[in-house]
Amino acid sequence: MRQRQAIALLALVGLFVALYLWLYKIGVIGTLQCGTGACEQVQTSRYADLWGVPVAFYGVVGYAALLAVAVLGLRPGLLAERRVTLALAALATVGVAFSLYLTYLELFVIHATCRWCVGSAVIVTAIWVVALSAMRRSV
Amino acid sequence: MKGFYYLLGAVAIGGGVALWYGAQRPAGTAPPGAATPVAATDGFRGFTLGSDTARVEVTEYSDFECPFCAQFGTVQMPVIREQLIATGRVRWRFRDFPLPGHQYSRYAALVAQCAGEQGRFWEMHDQLFFHHQWAQTGKNPRGLFRDFAKQAGLDLAKYDACVNAQRYDGRIQASVEEGTALGVSGTPTFFVNGHRYGGRSTSDDFKAVADSITKSRK
Repeated sequence: MRQRQAIALLALVGLFVALYLWLYKIGVIGTLQCGTGACEQVQTSRYADLWGVPVAFYGVVGYAALLAVAVLGLRPGLLAERRVTLALAALATVGVAFSLYLTYLELFVIHATCRWCVGSAVIVTAIWVVALSAMRRSV
Repeated sequence: MKGFYYLLGAVAIGGGVALWYGAQRPAGTAPPGAATPVAATDGFRGFTLGSDTARVEVTEYSDFECPFCAQFGTVQMPVIREQLIATGRVRWRFRDFPLPGHQYSRYAALVAQCAGEQGRFWEMHDQLFFHHQWAQTGKNPRGLFRDFAKQAGLDLAKYDACVNAQRYDGRIQASVEEGTALGVSGTPTFFVNGHRYGGRSTSDDFKAVADSITKSRK
């Protein structure tokens, strides 16, 4: 149960990070608060869209899915359900793989890093670690 | 378990408030810690097109968000460029006059000035007018303008530095004050050789004005 709660909280934070980047991308938010990073360089590069959809939107969908599964998995009838644990681990694995790809692009192709993207990568990695530990416990 | 849902709710409210605050920041606002804007009231007289020796000079006070200016810039201006400016008969001067009622016109003027810093003012001018949908959506155009800058062939790092510092805000304000002193209150407003032009703003009418000035000076 603790792992699902942790995943739900992390996914909610990640959802807001992804929403922030997506709202910037579609023009609702004017200036990214980026500090020393190069968020706008990353967000306005051609890699900020994938198949015509802003990359941040995939993040919104992914985190929303993780949040929904984790919160649903907290219902008393589903607490012992291993499929919920598996679904969380699968979603987190996809998220980590996607984040790795994006981090590679930032470091080696765009040559700029966006601290919000790094933050998202850290969050999804933490979710992945928690999801894997939950899987090991449920074996 | 209840405590967990309270915590989840608190995070949701906090995130929502932060996003709402972020959405309230206008596009042209430099983030905290950005470079101090450089006052650029440097006697700049506007970007020009055409020969220095042309007998006719038209000064246009314009607002990038104004639909009439966009119509003029996309329908009449290409003909004027081809028939009057390229032939050396008319020199064209563009002055900024962002109207206060337009949310993003001053920001648009700023990005055009930043393009001008790299010698591409007119390319940006065309991007802003030929893709004028941005002025109708009401959405923050910051990302879109950066795409325009890319299309106009700008060095984006220099463009970002210029826009974030609002480097030419002073220059834009000076243009507005100068226009106001001349009696400009709407856009586009034209002056031909320093005299306010009250005719129709079509390429044919400007051609007729240029013809009459040229003939009277022969």
